[in-house]
Amino acid sequence: MFLRHCIAGGLLAALPAFAWAADADIAALRAEIEALRSQYEARIAALEAKLAQAERERASVGAQPSPSNTATAFNPAISLILSGTYANLQRDPASCRLDGFVPSGGEVGPPPRSFSLGESELVLAANIDPYLRGEFMLAAAPDNSIAVENAYLQTLALPKGFTLKAGRFYSGIGYINEQHAHAWDFVDAPLAQQAFLGGQYAQDGVQLKWLAPTETFLELGAEVGRGQNFPGAERNKNGVGAWSLGARIGGDVGVSHAWLAGLSYLQTRPRDRQFQTDDASGNLVTNTFAGRSNLWLASLVWKWAPAGNPSVRHFKFQSEYYRAGSEGSLTYDLGGSNEFTDGFRSVQSGWYAQGVYQFMPRWRVGLRYDRLHAGTLDAGANTGQLPLLAAYDPHRASMMVDYSPSEYSRFRLQFSRDAARRDVTDNQVFLQYVLSLGAHGAHAF
Amino acid sequence: MLKKLFAFCLLLLALPAQAALEVFACEPEWAALAREIGGDQVHAYEATTALQDPHRIQARPSLIARARAADLVVCTGADLEVGWLPLVLRQAANPKVQPGRRGYFEAATAVRLLEVPLRVDRAEGDVHPAGNPHIQLDPRNLLRVAEALAARMGELDPANEARYRARLEDFRGRFQAAIARWEKQAAPLRNMPVVVHHKVFEYLFHWLGLKEVAVLEPKPGIEPSAAHLAAVLEALRREPARMVLRASYQDERASVWLAERAGIPAVALPATVGGTPQARDLYTLFDDILNRLLAAQAAR
Repeated sequence: MFLRHCIAGGLLAALPAFAWAADADIAALRAEIEALRSQYEARIAALEAKLAQAERERASVGAQPSPSNTATAFNPAISLILSGTYANLQRDPASCRLDGFVPSGGEVGPPPRSFSLGESELVLAANIDPYLRGEFMLAAAPDNSIAVENAYLQTLALPKGFTLKAGRFYSGIGYINEQHAHAWDFVDAPLAQQAFLGGQYAQDGVQLKWLAPTETFLELGAEVGRGQNFPGAERNKNGVGAWSLGARIGGDVGVSHAWLAGLSYLQTRPRDRQFQTDDASGNLVTNTFAGRSNLWLASLVWKWAPAGNPSVRHFKFQSEYYRAGSEGSLTYDLGGSNEFTDGFRSVQSGWYAQGVYQFMPRWRVGLRYDRLHAGTLDAGANTGQLPLLAAYDPHRASMMVDYSPSEYSRFRLQFSRDAARRDVTDNQVFLQYVLSLGAHGAHAF
Repeated sequence: MLKKLFAFCLLLLALPAQAALEVFACEPEWAALAREIGGDQVHAYEATTALQDPHRIQARPSLIARARAADLVVCTGADLEVGWLPLVLRQAANPKVQPGRRGYFEAATAVRLLEVPLRVDRAEGDVHPAGNPHIQLDPRNLLRVAEALAARMGELDPANEARYRARLEDFRGRFQAAIARWEKQAAPLRNMPVVVHHKVFEYLFHWLGLKEVAVLEPKPGIEPSAAHLAAVLEALRREPARMVLRASYQDERASVWLAERAGIPAVALPATVGGTPQARDLYTLFDDILNRLLAAQAAR
C-alpha cells in the first residue's frame, strides 16, 4: 500500500504537464486507494471476528470439566438424610399403644426416651436409559437394622400421560403416605396413619398413573401388589394381595394459593394377620385375622404464599380422613388347643389436621390435632376377651417450632399431649434435627 | 390404495406441525424470548412470575398439568430449577420434554457461565456447580440464547422454521440497536461500587462494569443474618458503596436496614420481565433497570 502511494505520488509529481489527464488519474487512484482501504478493513474485521471466536472457544473449552475418570461419570445421584431426636416422655413408651384399635405392628408410638438416632436414609437415583429411571432407598434404623424402603423403576417415555412404577415403593394413597419421614412437618406420623397403615404403607407391586391432558391437574392411579404389609399380611399365595385406586385433583387459585385434593381406596386380603394382646385375665394371646380390609382415604392440602413466593412467609394446611373396615374371622389362641374362631367386623375412622406457618425466613411454627374414632367393632364371642379393643377414641395435640439455617438443615422442637392410651395422658417433648447431604432432592408439593 | 394410505399418514404426521408450539417457560424471560421468536405460532406459559424466587418454587399440581401439554420446555438450567423442575417433568409423564430430548431446552448451555465454583461444597452455601445461573441480565446472553432457541423451535416445528429465522433476525437487529443505546446510557455507571442482596446481578455487572463490594447473604441462598449485616456495614465504612441492590422478589428488610445505616439508597431491580410494573418486556426490562440505577446514582 505504501509502495503504491509512493509510485502514485511520484507519477503525479513527475508529470505536471498532463494536468487534464492527471485529474482523471487522481480520481481513479483515489478510488483505488479507497477500494484497497475498505478491503483491508474488511479483512481486519474478519480477523478480529476470528480472534474473538477463538477466544470464546478457548474459554468454553476451559470451562468444561476434564473427563479424567469416566468410570464414575455415570454414578447415580446420592443423597443421605441424617436425623436424630432427644425425647422427654412422661410415660413409658414401651406401654404405648392405640387403645381400641388392632395393633398395626408398624412404627407406632414415639421414639425412645433420651437421645436416639432417627432413621438414616440413603437414596441413590439415576436414569437407567432413555426409557427408565431407578431409585433405591435404604433406611438404617437406630437399632442397627437396615431395610429397603424403596427400590423401584419408573418409566420416562410412556405416551399419553402414563407412568408406570414397579418394585417397592410408598403407596400413592393419600398425601402423607408417599412423603419420606424427613419431609414431615412433625417428628412423628399422624395417629391415623399409625393405626390404619402401620405408619407408612409400602407396596411390593406395580403402580400405573395417568395424568389427564387438562389445565387442571387430574391424576388417576391404580396399584396392585403382594399386600404383605399391614393392613395386609403375608399370604403365600399367587395373584394380587392388595389393590388400590386413587384420584388426585389440584390447581392454583390466583397466584398466591395452590391446592391438592385426593381420594383413594385400598383393599387388602390378609390370611394370617397376627397380633398379640393380653386377655381379660392378663394372659398373652395370639390373635389371627383372616378376611378383607379396606380403607377410604380423603386428603386435602392447601398452600399459601404472598405472590407465590414462599421464601419469607408461607402457610400450609393439610388434613386427611381415614375410614377403615375389616370383615372376616378372628382366631383367639391361648396356646395349646385353646382356640376360638368367630366372625370379626369393624368400621373405624380417624383424621388429622395440621397447619404450618413460616412467619419469617428460617422459622416455622406448626399445630396438629389427631383423632381416631372407635366406631363399631364386633369380634363375636371373642369381644369380651380383648380389652385392648374396647371402644376408645385416641387423640393427640402437637405443637412445633422449627428453624432451618439453610435449605439442607432443620432443627425442630415439638411438644405433644398424647392420649392414645385409655385414661393416660402423656406429655412429650422432642428435639429433632433433620439434615440432607449430597444431591439436591426435589420435594413433591 | 397404499398410496392413499401413505398420503393420509403423512397428513396425520404433518398436522401437529401446523398447530402452535406449546412452550412451558420456567422463567418469564424465556417466555418473552419464545414470543419474540415465535410470534403467533407459539403459546408460552410462564411457570413462575418475576416476584417469585426461581430457586424456591414448589412442584405445584398446576405446573405438572401444564408440563404435560408442552411441546418445548425452556428453562435456565445450570441447576437453577433443580429443586422443582425434575419432579414436575417426571410427574408430567410427557416424554417429549424430558431432559435429553429435543423438547427440553436449557438456556445456560448457550452462554458462558460466570462464577464457576472452584470448590463445590455446601459449606459455601447453595452453590451451583455449573456456575451462576442468573444469565438473563446480560442482554448479549439473551441474543445467544435466542439464536439457539430459534434453531430448536425450527427443529421442532419445521413448517415454521423460516418464519422463526426471520423473526430472530428482526429481533437481533432491534435488540442489538437497543444494547448499543443501553451501553451508552449506562456509561456513568461504570466502576460504581454496589452491595447486593443475592448474587442475581453478576451478568449485569459483568456487562456494564459495576463493582460488587459486598453481598447481604453470608453465603449464596442463606438468608441474611444480623451478624453478617453488621459486618457488611463495618466493611462499607472502609470501602463505601453507592447503593444496595436487590431483586424485586427479595425481602426488602435486610437491604433497607443496611441502606439506612450506610446512608445510601436501597434499590429494587426487576430480575426479569414483570419484576416491576415498568418492566413489561425484554426492552423495557433493561430500560427500567438502567433508569432505576441512574436515578439512584443521581439521588446523592
